[in-house]
Amino acid sequence: MNTKELTKGIWAENPIFVIMLGCCPALAVSTSLANAFGMGIAATFVLLGSNLIISLIRASVPDKIRIPVYIVVIATFVTMIDKFMAAFTPALSASLGIFIPLIVVNCIILGRAEAFANKNTPQDSILDAIGMGLGFTIALAMIAVFREVLGDGKFFGIPVPLIKDDPCLLMIMAPGGFFVFGLLMAWKKHLAAGGAK
Amino acid sequence: MSADLFSIFIIAIFIENFVLNQILGICPFVGVSNRVDSAVGMGLAVTFVMVLAGVVTWSIQNLFLAPFHLEYLQTLSFILVIASLVQFVEMVIRKTVPSLYQALGVYLPLITTNCAVLGVALLNVRKGYGLVESAVNSLGGGLGFFFALLLMAGIRERLEVAEVPVAMRGAPITFITAGLLAIAFYGFAGLA
Repeated sequence: MNTKELTKGIWAENPIFVIMLGCCPALAVSTSLANAFGMGIAATFVLLGSNLIISLIRASVPDKIRIPVYIVVIATFVTMIDKFMAAFTPALSASLGIFIPLIVVNCIILGRAEAFANKNTPQDSILDAIGMGLGFTIALAMIAVFREVLGDGKFFGIPVPLIKDDPCLLMIMAPGGFFVFGLLMAWKKHLAAGGAK
Repeated sequence: MSADLFSIFIIAIFIENFVLNQILGICPFVGVSNRVDSAVGMGLAVTFVMVLAGVVTWSIQNLFLAPFHLEYLQTLSFILVIASLVQFVEMVIRKTVPSLYQALGVYLPLITTNCAVLGVALLNVRKGYGLVESAVNSLGGGLGFFFALLLMAGIRERLEVAEVPVAMRGAPITFITAGLLAIAFYGFAGLA
């Protein structure tokens, strides 16, 4: 077991904050923790499926048509999770809206297919997918904590005392997403630079 | 009818701006907004592809998927159509208008993974728009993206000479600026 492939995605090569892939869903659906985890699980499922299949078929796919092939594989998994969520978690599916089918153009998925699954064994690709998926979910949850608590006065749907009566609505709207994301990214950069003052 | 189309157009550009309100197409918005001329190239290319994609995906949805009850193939067929459309547009422009290709060339392949393009196609279907409405909504969405990108590029050219704290340089300050722009765009909500 190569644990490095698993852990790198969670922090050191975090897809959102470091590689800056997949910012759109990170900003758009991070309005509550429930949405963030829903999106994280959906993206991880697609990542896992596509990484596994692509690493299995990589030898038999001609290099020239590999991108369209990857897109078909990814779109298949996206359609599966989309229909699955619509059937079993209709409320979540409704609040994530078009961002579920948009996982197909989420750069993380195609990026990992091209940068990792294309060159590595199925085993490593699964670990990579789980790590990247976890990193994506954690990043989403980090943004969502600030936005849900400050903008909605709730933590995982539970009202937070003091804030719940007068939340700062702006935080769950688009600008709040931009602000929280920008500040978190600056913080990550500051830590990466050794926390120099 | 024409008033409806006009309001779809205005709403798509200003009120439901793809970048600043719907949060779609953030990657190119941050990636290509560092210079005004590249912002113009990307904005034009995206607008062009969005209108084409809006019309073509509407046709696929209503002439092919819906009559045969194949709606579950929507995501798959839309993304394949957009990807091949981008390739096709690239070839046509290279053959027919070399000067335009020079200006747009490098941005065209990037558009396939621009979620605003697939986003507008999906939104047209979800809102139940007809062919003309879809085209107008796509055009408005594309122009809105162009407008936001251009504004951002103008601001970033000024930011380059500003004194920004080290950790905030680059992407973080761009996001903060985008947040302020998004607040400013809420002012347009009164237009509706």
